[in-house]
Amino acid sequence: MTLLLLLLFAPFNAGASGNEEGSLNVKEVIFHHLGDGYGWEVPFSHVYRIPLPVIVRAQDGSWFCFSSSRLQNIEEVVNSEGKACLEAVPTIVTLHKNHGDSIKTYQFVLAHHSKHANKVVEIFPIQTAKDKKEFEDAKAAVAASNSGEDAIVDGYVEFNGEYYKEYKPLDISITKNVFALLISSVVVTLIVLGLARYYARRSDKTPRKGMGFVEMLVDFLYSGTIKSALGDKTKKFAPYLLTCFFFIFIMNILGLVVIFPGGANLTGNIAVTLVLAVIAFVMINIHGSKHYWKDIFWPDVPLWLKFPLPIMQFIEIFSMFTKPAALCVRLFANMMGGHMIVITLILIIFIFAAFGAAAAGASVIVSVLFTLFMLALDVLVSFIQAYVFTLLTTIFISMSTEDPHAKHEEHVDHISLPEEADVTASPKTT
Amino acid sequence: MELFTPDFGLVFWMFIAFIILFLILAKWGWPVILKSIDERADKIDKGVEYAKEAKAQLDSAREQAQKYIEEAQAKQAEMLRDAAKMKSQIIEEAKANASEEAKKVMDAAKVSIEQSRKEAELQFRNEVSKFSLEIAEKMVRSQLENDKEQEKLVEKLLDEIEKN
Repeated sequence: MTLLLLLLFAPFNAGASGNEEGSLNVKEVIFHHLGDGYGWEVPFSHVYRIPLPVIVRAQDGSWFCFSSSRLQNIEEVVNSEGKACLEAVPTIVTLHKNHGDSIKTYQFVLAHHSKHANKVVEIFPIQTAKDKKEFEDAKAAVAASNSGEDAIVDGYVEFNGEYYKEYKPLDISITKNVFALLISSVVVTLIVLGLARYYARRSDKTPRKGMGFVEMLVDFLYSGTIKSALGDKTKKFAPYLLTCFFFIFIMNILGLVVIFPGGANLTGNIAVTLVLAVIAFVMINIHGSKHYWKDIFWPDVPLWLKFPLPIMQFIEIFSMFTKPAALCVRLFANMMGGHMIVITLILIIFIFAAFGAAAAGASVIVSVLFTLFMLALDVLVSFIQAYVFTLLTTIFISMSTEDPHAKHEEHVDHISLPEEADVTASPKTT
Repeated sequence: MELFTPDFGLVFWMFIAFIILFLILAKWGWPVILKSIDERADKIDKGVEYAKEAKAQLDSAREQAQKYIEEAQAKQAEMLRDAAKMKSQIIEEAKANASEEAKKVMDAAKVSIEQSRKEAELQFRNEVSKFSLEIAEKMVRSQLENDKEQEKLVEKLLDEIEKN
């Protein structure tokens, strides 16, 4: 189902983005689909978007919340072929706010030709002679060092041929990614609380069908991985690890759905994986045992390796940070890679379309087949990456909370596992 | 590259979303599920153990029953044998008793027959002697009706005594 939908809509959207400028800008299309946005695309229209709230803090500290639909007007224009069509034209959002007795005006715009492309920025018209001089100086400096007319002047945004001074506001808008994040959270909550309610009502029966699948996943992780790695500390960490797995898994899967509730490249966004990794870092270190900290600051190595020059300490502390960093980058790269490959395969159709009908037809068949294969693979990768993230976090936690004397044999188990997991992850990371 | 620089808004919301999600699930979701899974696993383990035990019990019970049956059969056979033996013994005894009794009866009968025979003989003898005496008396009386005759007899008797 998901695959079919993607095949229906992805080419259309991609085509629409490409046609905007007459020729296909592959890089722009790809990054548009991988990136974030203030509205949510709807099928069969490149103009209309589901409006989402924009929340920004202006330069003077006042907060604003407005609909993303105000960032662009839908206007009827005549395109290059002489046909009338609808196009989204960016506009300036002008807002007023009462400050006691005076009313202050604020202006926001979706930057395009600026350092903060595709972000909402607050703009200030260049009015005073001093401002104008500053701008001219900055422009001259850029022109001198750089080539071309299009060079971006730092600190200024060009809008409809006019330059404005820009300020990047503190932006906590509910963007497409944030909204997808909230949807994923709600879905995870519903799934888990649904299962919990099922158990609360009739704990004797095993859930069937959909709930059975969820329970199978929970059991697979809980009994198979978490319990065997953490032992008596399972109770403490299992809720975090399971939440982590289901959150990532649902985000991955929703990212593969092409239309509204999904389609956001969430886990392929470094911000999301970064937060997950930071939380994992906290969870790994906050319950670290004495033995763990001793291993970092005074490991069992010859004295010259650790005393005058803290070489080992440096390495150990470095590895403390590289572990979650690897988690972050692995998930990010795998998911983003998957999305990128799918989009690129679809774009092949439009690239080959330039060579005539036969090439276009052949490329449709080839790229659809490859896309199907890649998406099927991505479903697998979605699960594997969520599992690998959880598994590695589990192992790191169990290593950091390990008692020095209690379980030596378990330690041996753990060492073999990460390598195995990395093997599954590596083909896609590259 | 826009893609590699984390966006503050997303980091902010991600953090909030994850924390809230974690708190909700850690409070109302996972404990119930994990408890149920653990409990069910325990229950299944116990069930398996119980089944094993039951099977062992059943096996031992079957063995026991078999043993009982065998014992009972053995006992039955023995009892049958005993009964047969007793039967023949009783018959033998009865036969012996009967023959003894019969012998006794016969003996008694013989004795009584002998006795009655002897009695009858004695009686017969008495009667015979009585009859013979009577006859003799009668004969003597008839013969001794004349004196001559009497004398002749006395003579004869005396002769006989003398001869002896």
